[in-house]
Amino acid sequence: MKQILSASVAIFAATVAFAEGVSPDNVTYSEYGEVEASLSGQPGDAAAGLEIMVSRGKGNCIACHQVTALEEYPFHGEVGPTLDGVGEYRTAAELRGIVANPKFTYEGTIMPAFYRTSGFIRPGDAYTGKAAQGELAPLLTAQEIEDVVAYLLTLKD
Amino acid sequence: MKTVFKGGVTAVALFAAYAVQADQEANLVINEDIEITVRADAPEHLENLSTIYSGWVFRSSETQALQMDDFENPGMIFVDDAIEAWNTVEGSEGESCASCHGAPEELAGVRAVYPKWNDEAEEVRTIAMQVNDCRTSQMGAEEWKYDGGDMINMEALIASVSRGMTVNVATDGPAQSMWEKGRDIYYTRFGQLDLSCANCHEDNYDNNIRADHLSQGQINGFPTYRLKNAKLNGVHSRFRGCIRDTRAETYGVGTEEFIALELYVASRGNGLSVEGPSVRN
Ligand code: HEC
Ligand code: HEC
Repeated sequence: MKQILSASVAIFAATVAFAEGVSPDNVTYSEYGEVEASLSGQPGDAAAGLEIMVSRGKGNCIACHQVTALEEYPFHGEVGPTLDGVGEYRTAAELRGIVANPKFTYEGTIMPAFYRTSGFIRPGDAYTGKAAQGELAPLLTAQEIEDVVAYLLTLKD
Repeated sequence: MKTVFKGGVTAVALFAAYAVQADQEANLVINEDIEITVRADAPEHLENLSTIYSGWVFRSSETQALQMDDFENPGMIFVDDAIEAWNTVEGSEGESCASCHGAPEELAGVRAVYPKWNDEAEEVRTIAMQVNDCRTSQMGAEEWKYDGGDMINMEALIASVSRGMTVNVATDGPAQSMWEKGRDIYYTRFGQLDLSCANCHEDNYDNNIRADHLSQGQINGFPTYRLKNAKLNGVHSRFRGCIRDTRAETYGVGTEEFIALELYVASRGNGLSVEGPSVRN
């Protein structure tokens, strides 16, 4: 009886973790900055990822990166490298780690961490210039990161 | 600055990025008379840059042209307003700026060396602080709001009479500790985007960030008339905008942090010419 109960508790806990994914402070990065498991516990949706890549209020990735497949969405920046072909030479785990927190892959990089909520200097309340109220939300949700990773994996030469 | 990471591209920015490439080799001569140094060897203290450039260099040819003729430069209208204020008696002492200083041209050279240590007050003063000190101590008049319209107009007038003179802000002596404080702020990565001034203006000048062509973030052209908001903009307001865009809590205009940052950023432009009021997008 006791055993059965604890087993069902374990299943319950696993289901919660599965539904909520992993919180920003609990992501495990490998020595090279990779994140193996889906942050949301769900697969990503590449079409949703595309919207996030180009939208100013979301990833706005093209502010810094040129992507030939996104040519119809002006304007692409030059601060980061082109992402053409990145789905060819990078794995899902590498891409997930770079988008979630690129500082583990590239020390001191200018690229912001899209799944990080602590350790900032004078964090603000979005773009108001005022101090942040309460806990910060990550720039992208776990599922949005997965969607972006799914999109990046479509970028093959 | 157009907010890089959120919505809203202005028509002007769209136009500039689409249709016109900046002429980065161009030279700036105002009214076919005042020669402006827009590129110079970096001052000794700047370890990561070899050449410094005015923000004018990175603007479109159209925007550049607006600054080459005072009749085209919308900022000069505000200089005219300030000339009126200059001659207006205000406050309990029956004085105007003119009654102590004569013609505005008497202040030629001032813009080039500010912010500057003031021995009596034992503080680093921006021009705005000095103007307010004149207003309260000499004229018995009310302070003007920091970066408010009256103040910015007066700063534009004071800058305009120094155009073409070489920026030469002192970084040592009693100003040194404020200068160091400003340098620390310049290299601090602020906000949820975790970006320092240097990330954009030192490591990435001349690169586009979305539709914005990044300059070195020099302040030799302040106050700047921006086509985006169609008014003169002060240095501290610009600092606020840039820090806000890193998703950070900014400092306020006129705070010690921004006075220190202004001193440090001004010194990064030692060798360029004063060119305010300039025109930017
Ligand atoms: C403020 C600039 C900036 C933004 C915004 C930005 N990046 Fe980056 N990104 C960089 C830079 C710079 C690098 C190169 C790493 C380095 O050398 O610092 C990089 C590297 C990468 C790489 C690795 C490329 C390779 O060749 O392996 C990927 C993938 C990537 N970024 C994806 C994204 C995605 C997706 C987003 C948006 C969700 C994004 N970036 C937003 C600046 C940025
Ligand atoms: C996310 C990128 C970014 C960061 C970080 C940033 N800026 Fe800027 N800044 C810009 C952009 C874009 C512009 C508009 C284009 C230009 O003039 O470079 C600008 C413009 C300026 C200008 C106007 C230059 C001119 O010629 O009119 C100044 C001054 C300036 N920034 C100073 C700073 C300082 C000081 C900091 C740090 C407190 C800072 N910036 C941080 C992006 C940034």
